[in-house]
Amino acid sequence: MKPIPGWADVILIPLVSVVLAALCAAVLVLAIDENPVEAMKLMIDGTLFRSAGWGFMLYYTTNFIFTGLAVSIAFHAALFNIGGEGQAMLGGLGVALVCLFIPWPHWTLAIIGASVGAMVFGAIWAAIPAYLQAKRGSHIVITTIMFNFIAAALLNYLLVNTLKPVGSMDPATASFPAGTHLPTFQDMAALVGFDGMFRGSPANVSFFLAIIACVALWALIWRTRLGYQIRALGHSPSAAQYAGISPAKIIVVTMLISGGLAGMMAVNTTQGEAERLILNFTEGAGFLGIAVALMGRSHPFGVFLAALLFGFLFQGGAELGFWTSIPRELILVIQALVILFVGALDNMVRMMVGQVFGLIGYKEAA
Amino acid sequence: MTAPAIELKGISKAFGPVQANKDISIRVMPGTIHGIIGENGAGKSTLMSILYGFYKADAGEVFIAGQKTEIPDSQAAIAAGIGMVFQHFKLVENFTVLENVVLGAEDGPRLGPSLRKARKQLTELAAEYELSIDPDAVIQDIGVGMQQRVEILKALYRQADILILDEPTGVLTPAEADQLFRILQRLKDEGKTIILITHKLREIMEATDTVSVMRRGEMTATVKTADTSPEELAELMVGRKVLLQVDKTPAKPGAPILEVDRLNVTDAAGVHRVKDVSLTVRAGEVLGIAGVAGNGQSELLEVLGGYQSATGTIRMNGQPLDLTGRASDGQSRRARGIAHVPEDRQREGLIMDFHAWENVAFGYHHDGAYQANRWLMNNAAIKADTEAKMGRFDVRPPNPALNAKNFSGGNQQKIVLAREIERNPDLLLVGQPTRGVDIGAIEFIHQQIIALRDQGKAILLVSVELDEIMSLSDRIAVMFDGSIMGERLPQDTDERELGLLMAGMNGKAA
Repeated sequence: MKPIPGWADVILIPLVSVVLAALCAAVLVLAIDENPVEAMKLMIDGTLFRSAGWGFMLYYTTNFIFTGLAVSIAFHAALFNIGGEGQAMLGGLGVALVCLFIPWPHWTLAIIGASVGAMVFGAIWAAIPAYLQAKRGSHIVITTIMFNFIAAALLNYLLVNTLKPVGSMDPATASFPAGTHLPTFQDMAALVGFDGMFRGSPANVSFFLAIIACVALWALIWRTRLGYQIRALGHSPSAAQYAGISPAKIIVVTMLISGGLAGMMAVNTTQGEAERLILNFTEGAGFLGIAVALMGRSHPFGVFLAALLFGFLFQGGAELGFWTSIPRELILVIQALVILFVGALDNMVRMMVGQVFGLIGYKEAA
Repeated sequence: MTAPAIELKGISKAFGPVQANKDISIRVMPGTIHGIIGENGAGKSTLMSILYGFYKADAGEVFIAGQKTEIPDSQAAIAAGIGMVFQHFKLVENFTVLENVVLGAEDGPRLGPSLRKARKQLTELAAEYELSIDPDAVIQDIGVGMQQRVEILKALYRQADILILDEPTGVLTPAEADQLFRILQRLKDEGKTIILITHKLREIMEATDTVSVMRRGEMTATVKTADTSPEELAELMVGRKVLLQVDKTPAKPGAPILEVDRLNVTDAAGVHRVKDVSLTVRAGEVLGIAGVAGNGQSELLEVLGGYQSATGTIRMNGQPLDLTGRASDGQSRRARGIAHVPEDRQREGLIMDFHAWENVAFGYHHDGAYQANRWLMNNAAIKADTEAKMGRFDVRPPNPALNAKNFSGGNQQKIVLAREIERNPDLLLVGQPTRGVDIGAIEFIHQQIIALRDQGKAILLVSVELDEIMSLSDRIAVMFDGSIMGERLPQDTDERELGLLMAGMNGKAA
């Protein structure tokens, strides 16, 4: 494979992948007799040229940042955590318990409590597969997938049997008390005099938590001893052993962080948006975290950009479903195409880009 | 005049920016043993891979017995009468010798006739070239010397007239190597042409008629072996004068630093790897452990390095080391003054995708000097330290930001050595310090090890290179099948005696 400069690897290749995915999607849109240019315009108008569109997009982005970071940190230790979905569900449970059973005087305290609840529950859910991998050698891909199903079943059971308010037909908890309600972007805009901005959109302060998480994780991975040991183990287990880095310990710690991050997503959805715990609130964000991490090259800043893109696709897709006859399923196909090009066909794109750089005479600096 | 068995004209091959072969021309006369010598990465293997059809040359022509020949794949090479014996044997472990010889050269869908034919031919070949072997032995039950013989027989069975051997003695004891050279001589006498690729000067001098020297992708010289000397060849390989002998004064051994008493290791698969090993290393001396790879030396190093459990006792500066419990890991060992240059730097000693500076902190990442505060590491301090170490150990290029994989083998090894030696350890464990390292760097690495010894440190050296053991060690212990066969002083022994010990024969008893 021909060498490519570093910046092209980080920026150009994901960009080319996205463009290719968009072209494929355009062909599909054409095939069902819709105008792809119109569709694209609709997605952009509905998402980027309306403050509420931004509000929706950033809400989704927040979820994807947390789950994307969760997958990324595991990737650095060469662990494939597919269990973000289940860990996020348990995070939701943690948030609900904290919000329902502790009387919070103010949201600033409640968000800290809920975050702790989300992280602890998510981490516990990741800890069991981590322990099984570290001590028993059970493959973490298998166990985390299975734990997704267990989490869904557990949540279902609790919502139907235990946490549902008496007399309610809806498998959800009671609404959280007002002291836990997080300010949305709409509230914050109103506070500084922009009444009506972000009207009705769910983005809330937890978006800033996601950004803090990006910075914190970057520092953890590249500036701390723990991050150093995680990366060492991920690159070479044999070398880690030689250096006296305990694989079992690093695997468990990494998965605790990963599960905690996945759980954090629930602060956004459960505390920030729904203000109660509902079934299936994760909406596949745990799985999308894998695509986000792949596209973001497991770098927190890359994850942030990738999460923005997927947030845009989510919100843009909703707009399409709203205004055109393009079915909801096609939106999923478009998202899948992005995942396909970014994740699975990465090397193909890389080769093409490499060829182009070869043609213009690029040589790797020795 | 007869046509050369092989003639290469103007062969060039580039991998990306790296020119592996530059305009190489060579003539190998029939019925000779032609050596190709060069450092790692000089392009020997690439050249032979082109000849065997693994790579396609960017430019150049191949003539076999005077005929211009295209070799697009290994089938074509075999058809042209070329046989290759790889450094790492390509045998099916649980097949018999006969089955391995036939594999890939069956006459038809039914195996019976092929096997019968092969059995007959094998008997004939054995008689003709003195390559006797039991055709029904299973590969995993026979020694490496025999396995290599099977590889040679495979080539001969496929009517090879030209035999290429890539670093054939890497896994052999000296006695097995001598036997191999006798076989090669015999093959030559029967009219076969042999190309011997090696980086060992001694083998070239012993076995070949003509030798070609490669350096950095170029053929620098082709000379009659009788007309040259090891010193001249070394100079041609490296491009400058090289000291082949290590300059050192007699050791002044002090107090015992490391005392190993009846150490036993059983690995995860239940194989008894180290058997009742006892040894002592004193301050200011080098104890060399000789032996063919896979006779328990690696496990011994792993136990001392803290990542292999064992029974028995090990005392470091008089205090026992934990061999199984919580304090049996690399970190605790380093804290006790043990530094370790592992046998496999690419798998253990370095993280190939890490920057050089990250590798310099490797294993010492808890060192206070590398921390900025309680939470963060001080990357700037590590980089500065790396730059200083690179300067003192002459690592080229001296760029801490380069990834480990972008350095040559010798420079990678220098990074590991710099990291471990500059910790000023009481005991330095060194495994295969010059494996895959170019001659120029070997000289430097040997000097560093001796310098550490002269500072009064204890050094345990494990190497499969007998020359290295002989020239560095103050005492030599030979390991075979997990046991120490005996200890010798380098001045009182020779390669023959050590070779016998390495093969499990106790010279004194015999």
